[in-house]
Amino acid sequence: MYIEKQEAEKLQSLCRRFRIDVLDVLHEKQTGHPGGSLSVCEILTTLYFHTAKLDPAHPDWPERDRIVLSKGHAAPMLYRVLAERGYFPVAQMHTLRDFDTRLQGHPCALTTPGVEISTGPLGIGLAASLGIALSLKLDGSKARVYAVLGDGELDEGGVWEAVMAAAKYKADNLTAIVDWNGVQLDGANDDIMPLGDLRAKFAAFGWHVAECDGHDVSGLCEAYDKARCEGKPSVVLAHTIKGKGVSFMEGRNAWHGKAIGDAEFAQAMKELGVEA
Amino acid sequence: MTKPIREAYGAALVKYGKGDDRVVVLDADVSSSTKSGIFQAACPERFFNCGVAEADMVGIAAGMAANGKIPFVNTFGVFLCSLGLASIRALCSYSKLPVKLMGAYGGLSDAFDGPSHHSIDDISIMRALPNMEVYVASDAVQTDWLVKNAIERDKPMYIRLSREAFPDLYAEGTVFEAGRGKIVREGCDAAVIACGLMVGNALAAAEMLQGEGISLRVVDMMCIKPLDEALVLRCAKETGAVITAEEHTMYGGLGGTVCEALCRGDARVPVGTVALMDTHAECGPYKTLQSAYGLDAAAIAKEVRATIAKK
Repeated sequence: MYIEKQEAEKLQSLCRRFRIDVLDVLHEKQTGHPGGSLSVCEILTTLYFHTAKLDPAHPDWPERDRIVLSKGHAAPMLYRVLAERGYFPVAQMHTLRDFDTRLQGHPCALTTPGVEISTGPLGIGLAASLGIALSLKLDGSKARVYAVLGDGELDEGGVWEAVMAAAKYKADNLTAIVDWNGVQLDGANDDIMPLGDLRAKFAAFGWHVAECDGHDVSGLCEAYDKARCEGKPSVVLAHTIKGKGVSFMEGRNAWHGKAIGDAEFAQAMKELGVEA
Repeated sequence: MTKPIREAYGAALVKYGKGDDRVVVLDADVSSSTKSGIFQAACPERFFNCGVAEADMVGIAAGMAANGKIPFVNTFGVFLCSLGLASIRALCSYSKLPVKLMGAYGGLSDAFDGPSHHSIDDISIMRALPNMEVYVASDAVQTDWLVKNAIERDKPMYIRLSREAFPDLYAEGTVFEAGRGKIVREGCDAAVIACGLMVGNALAAAEMLQGEGISLRVVDMMCIKPLDEALVLRCAKETGAVITAEEHTMYGGLGGTVCEALCRGDARVPVGTVALMDTHAECGPYKTLQSAYGLDAAAIAKEVRATIAKK
């Protein structure tokens, strides 16, 4: 869906704040995953603030759209977005990864309002999302399911099992979004496990494919809509940059899950426009 | 003629699931073996054949459970506990999604297909998972109840079924309770705590021993987790000797569970073990395998005598 310039600017402004806040918490905690959190920022922000039908006051509202962060290690960004959306107070961000926190190291549906499926181990979120989509169809619901996957996650065979099953069951209420930043924990996708032509692969499996710049909020919102296709599951291949927004993190696998030092944090804040 | 466990299971799925829209049934391309196909014939719209993709099947089922369905997941126990385990651990155990994991062809019952298809470590694998309940079907009537219990009980659970018919133990309408074992034969010299096929084998052993003047109690411990620890301790105190019997390796299954309970409790009695030792079996007729690997009535009787001798 075309979005007004004003709304796009609002979403961009949210993303800028989310990046700052997430890095702030990760620096404070000295644990957590910065790279993938920064790359998935616009994807989650557009889903939660524009595309999905949600009611944060009633997280179990039956007609809500479901969003599943299958790449669970990007939990810090998910939590920041959920908090801003009203699922829990923003201040709780500072309990991330603490003992007795609602904000576990990876998303936990039992403790965090707004988390639909617990994730962390890669390769299972798409199957669970498909299960939700199929049961929504059984119930005659119009709600949609959005599953956000990492590119490294696509190494998992289970992902492709779910890709096959979704096509078989014509799960046109399911949209997968691949946060395609090209870098996984140990290195570039091309060095660790080349993904090849993902567009052709998903299409060959019977999916409808859309592609966009995963940091362009207008492009993402349009792609979610363009991806919809009667009788087919859809995937948005969102081209992103790991560590987006912080020059020394961008495209660097070392920042998949590294603690942020004080000097690095100061530099990052400077780059994100925070005045010292 | 006694009904095979898998036939009783398929019939129970239809009996309790047909009129309940929450019940969905998934299979991994073995529905004619697991007999989930009986449900498919009755309710095709709530049956999902996921292909040979166990991890995916469990994941789909978990998503359905998250949306209020009661999914019964079907494939051979050995594949559920290996290929399906990543999804089971993350989505059913950790997330407490009440998926019903139906382990077909339990123990050595897929006898001729050989060790690659035998489920001999499933109880120990599933029991180790937090929040997971573990049941073993011991006859057709109980299998029917296990399906009913699975629908009524909002918990993730693994239920071991069998390809074969087991001796009838219970009359229609017998009342069972989750977390409770059943004394199926009274006795005072020793107690065999068994599950599945081995309950019937233990009853046959009790008959053999009766002629020798040994009075053997036989317990069907159909629910391995949560375990009926009170019954275990009662048997130990009242008979002075406990022998566990299971179609599983000697590590971490019913035997391990019972020993843990005995060690935690206040009864100190000799314990015997009837189980597959630290080995896989081989292919062959089911009865032959039971004899060859020390799981038949004669093996139970022998272990009972040896255990009583240690009193």
